Amino acid sequence: MCLAIPGKIVEIDSTKDHATVDYGDGTKRKANITLVDVKTGDYVLVHAGFAIQVLDKKEAQETLDLFREMLSSEEEA
Amino acid sequence: MFSLRDKKLAIEIVSKIKKLDVSLKFMHVCGTHQDTLVKHGLDSLFTDCGIKVIQGPGCPVCVTTTKEIEEMLLLARKGKIVTTFGDMIQVPGKNGSLQSIKAEGADVRTVYGIEDAVQIAKDNKEKDIIFMSVGFETTTPMAAAAIINTPPKNFSILSCHRVVPPALKSIIEMGELKLNGIIEPGHVSTIIGSKPYEFITKNYGIPQVIAGFEPLDLLMGVWLLVEQIENGEPKVENEYLRAVREEGNIKAQKVVENVFESRDIKWRGFPVISGSGLKLRDEFEEYDARKKYEKDLEDLKNKEFPEPKGCRCGEVLRGVISSKECPLFGNKCIPNNPVGPCMVSNEGSCNIEYRYSNKK
Repeated sequence: MCLAIPGKIVEIDSTKDHATVDYGDGTKRKANITLVDVKTGDYVLVHAGFAIQVLDKKEAQETLDLFREMLSSEEEA
Repeated sequence: MFSLRDKKLAIEIVSKIKKLDVSLKFMHVCGTHQDTLVKHGLDSLFTDCGIKVIQGPGCPVCVTTTKEIEEMLLLARKGKIVTTFGDMIQVPGKNGSLQSIKAEGADVRTVYGIEDAVQIAKDNKEKDIIFMSVGFETTTPMAAAAIINTPPKNFSILSCHRVVPPALKSIIEMGELKLNGIIEPGHVSTIIGSKPYEFITKNYGIPQVIAGFEPLDLLMGVWLLVEQIENGEPKVENEYLRAVREEGNIKAQKVVENVFESRDIKWRGFPVISGSGLKLRDEFEEYDARKKYEKDLEDLKNKEFPEPKGCRCGEVLRGVISSKECPLFGNKCIPNNPVGPCMVSNEGSCNIEYRYSNKK
């Protein structure tokens, strides 16, 4: 339940309370951003439809790569 | 900062721990940690190093009591639209689960989060919509944010929110286990930061590390705990630096503080734990299902419900037994026909053990 997925903010809605988050695997979904201070390009952890924390960009990219790597190796298996 | 994909580093950590010839017991309180541990075989790797890593009450769905499930079942039977997370719907109460009464005609809906439940309320203005609001500190800010945004009047929540640190205190004070260290949940900690854990080290001398969810995060977490023990310097360390700040997410903390207040609450397998639950503040009582439907829920007042017959989820949640030690595990209790919540939830240790073990 406390699972949170890293993603990149690609567009902030005009209302400023939601943003489109790109999860790096082709999935894009709206997330509520009222609990964090973010700008386009930031990486966030998203839990149950809400961004809960801004991630260190370098570390986030590495996590994303790792998830993709794990996913592709599982698919191959 | 270390690289999360550094296999050489992983091997290095394991060989370092092995050389120390330790015999230790660590607890974590997060289903996602358990998933990483079992999925990647880290649990047996640590056992080979002399370290037993066990899951405590780290599954919000699992620690929700039968009484709370019965409250939701009763409201559903009275014709309300009840909504909650997918895991919660499958947990058996005394008389069926939300899933089974759905088959009997009750309006039970699975949602991804509270915002979806609010939308259902907006789309069904003539009906009463209740969201069974379950979760630890990671999830509570979502509920608080939804309530503060003035949802429609036909919407309310049944708060089953709990906070982690008092449960850790309870585990330690119950004295059933001698814990040498605690791996703190990474995503709970993104919200609360590291300070709320400090009293545990201060009062009980127990080392703690906040860890992320990659295999290397947990290897590092365990290594840091071993180092603290070897150095005789227990403290709260943060391994999950990319997501957890010392102060946590202050914005989220403030929203929660504005909307919820502390209450005493029973956890499955535990007695009532002081200050471990959250209820809506009086100013938001119109959204509090327990107040709004007090008459409907009257039948359950002062009622207590025993655990399902033979179910040992309580002991699993206290870390006293492993899933496999429960006689029901894998035969009478399986994910498709669960007896207790630890076999239902993806974060329950029985479900995780079953999924990744060969026992079918």
